[in-house]
Amino acid sequence: MGDKRSSHMYLTVNGKALDAHAGNLAALLDELDYADRLVATALNGEFVPKDERDAAMLSEGDKVEILAPMKGG
Amino acid sequence: MTSFYGYEPKSRLFLGTAQYPSPKVLEDAVRAAEVDIVTVSLRREGADGAGQAFFDLINHLGVRVLPNTAGCHGVKEAVTTAQMAREVFRTPWIKLEVIGENDTLCPDVVALVEAARILIEDGFEVFPYCTEDLVIAEKLLAAGCNVLMPWGAPIGTARGLNNEYGLRSLRGHFPDVPLVVDAGIGLPSHAARAMELGYDAVLLNSAVAGAGDPSKMAKAMALAVEAGSLGREADPLDPRDMAVPSTPVFGKAML
Repeated sequence: MGDKRSSHMYLTVNGKALDAHAGNLAALLDELDYADRLVATALNGEFVPKDERDAAMLSEGDKVEILAPMKGG
Repeated sequence: MTSFYGYEPKSRLFLGTAQYPSPKVLEDAVRAAEVDIVTVSLRREGADGAGQAFFDLINHLGVRVLPNTAGCHGVKEAVTTAQMAREVFRTPWIKLEVIGENDTLCPDVVALVEAARILIEDGFEVFPYCTEDLVIAEKLLAAGCNVLMPWGAPIGTARGLNNEYGLRSLRGHFPDVPLVVDAGIGLPSHAARAMELGYDAVLLNSAVAGAGDPSKMAKAMALAVEAGSLGREADPLDPRDMAVPSTPVFGKAML
């Protein structure tokens, strides 16, 4: 088990409860097949830039937002 | 032509990209109006990859994007959304919306000023969705906003310019600040009126997207904005109470 494959934990991702294995935000995007998509991320309400996702470690109960471009007024 | 943070759009109409019946209708409307600037947003990405498809469409249209913080109700939420939008859309521009009341979607202008200050310190170029309140406008400018976007009427109401006196007053107090009427427009005449008041641009969405023929309405709005702008530049007559004959009286036959 490396840093990115810790034991599973419960997260809330885009408002939905999720049982994830990823240890950090970059690994979570991989796990959820978002890695190649144009998205922005926030962890517990704080913006996490793309190049800081590796260092953004996840903990039980964390809230993750994964946002993408959308129509807007 | 007015500059918005150094950018001079050819069109004085800014168009929202939401609520169209289909991406094709949106594309047709953008092309019909020949707009340079469109508003966009960020939302939760689903499994269908809709976000990427939308981003590809916007790139295909070759327009400049103005991301918004629509739906945000507090400083923190708006600031975080703006930071996320900057990374995705690769622009320092942000249409800053901080909503204070759900029925009218009235901006929380106190939170707006605070969010604007934080974002400008972080390098953003802020387009604040505000009211016509002169004191708040002053504070937004002091915070570093170089553009103001007062509402015409609450978002989506199609009521036109609810407080024309307030909008005229704002124009008069800040003659050199780029001003955009944002929201509440329903008819081309509303958009033309905003330009006749001396506004630099009009931002609208629902009036076009919700029309029976969005493409035609987009074109109508573009023409109205252009007509209102030309009319303002042409130095129009002041209204008066008594009639003044336009045909010369001198030389009229005595019959």
